[in-house]
Amino acid sequence: MMKLKLFAFALLLSLAATKPAWSQEVEVIKYQDFEKLRQLPHDTLYVVNFWATWCGPCVKELPYFETAHKQYKDQPVKVLLVSMDAVQDLEKRVKTFAKKRGLQSELLLLDEPDGNTFIDKVDPKWTGAIPATIMFNNKRNTYYFLEGEMKQEQLEQLIQQYKP
Amino acid sequence: MKRVRIPIVYAVCLLFVGLLLAAIPAAESGYQVGDTARDFKLKNVDGKMVSMADYKDAKGFIVTFTCNTCPYSVAYEDRLIELHNKFAPKGYPLIAINPNDTKASPKDSFGDMQKRAKEKKFPFPYLQDESQDITRAYGASRTPHIYVVQKQQDGTYKVAYIGAVDDNSREADKVQKKYAEEAIEELVAGKTISQPTTKAIGCTIKWREA
Repeated sequence: MMKLKLFAFALLLSLAATKPAWSQEVEVIKYQDFEKLRQLPHDTLYVVNFWATWCGPCVKELPYFETAHKQYKDQPVKVLLVSMDAVQDLEKRVKTFAKKRGLQSELLLLDEPDGNTFIDKVDPKWTGAIPATIMFNNKRNTYYFLEGEMKQEQLEQLIQQYKP
Repeated sequence: MKRVRIPIVYAVCLLFVGLLLAAIPAAESGYQVGDTARDFKLKNVDGKMVSMADYKDAKGFIVTFTCNTCPYSVAYEDRLIELHNKFAPKGYPLIAINPNDTKASPKDSFGDMQKRAKEKKFPFPYLQDESQDITRAYGASRTPHIYVVQKQQDGTYKVAYIGAVDDNSREADKVQKKYAEEAIEELVAGKTISQPTTKAIGCTIKWREA
């Protein structure tokens, strides 16, 4: 009986952990929060895509990141979609967009209106144009940066190459 | 034996240096502050060709890569008009250049540019860089992207500032640092520009498919 209860509890926990699409949340972060994330020591490949709802090429490539998120769900690969939309547009634009598209990857919104304060810190090669993507695994000292559009095959190949 | 080995080591080193140089991304090409910017001859929305050389009395220019379709560019239209109105009388008129390929971004067509210029009553030329050669030469990567150039004694144009308009694209009334304006003020006053390069989030330039 005890075992069954434990099992039920574990099942409940695991159900709670897999967020269904409709409950997708967007976490608003500041640059310091991003910096902490950037320093995470885990043996995980973090795939961070900077996008915005108003950015055509970004919206075009989002499905590639969503596919990667689903494909590597059970592996040490974590896809993070960081919206550069203004925080004022969180409810009306970002959440609506995420819901409409049924986005499943972890969603963040970087609330930093002045790009000049953080763009160079993310990567000096970044001129500020989006989309931009960084990939890193601090445990293995791997790092990749791309400003501009990502092709689906390119993303697939990069993850294959860098994943632990 | 050793005499043979050393050149091989050198050759390998040179090869590595070559590979490293070849690996420098395109984003770093284009002008840096202090470089000499080339003049251009591009078609304005009124159908006439415009060059920096046409402005005999100008001391320099606020060359701005911007477009119809990027929400950031649109958010900055009124502020570009203000910049022009403030600095044209001081010898620094603004010249807007639309860098986008019209196939990749149809709403940046010449007709659409004419329409937008009329709607917003742009007091400055709005030029189309059809070949994208000027955009590439300057190294513009996003819209809006400002290059302030200063005319030199010998008639060349020296890049004095590259970067953003200010620190808040979304809300003009919350702007604290007017990066471009401060830079041009310093330039006009003959001072050293305290922040000659800044960065901002913007839309990628829509390049022509090769």
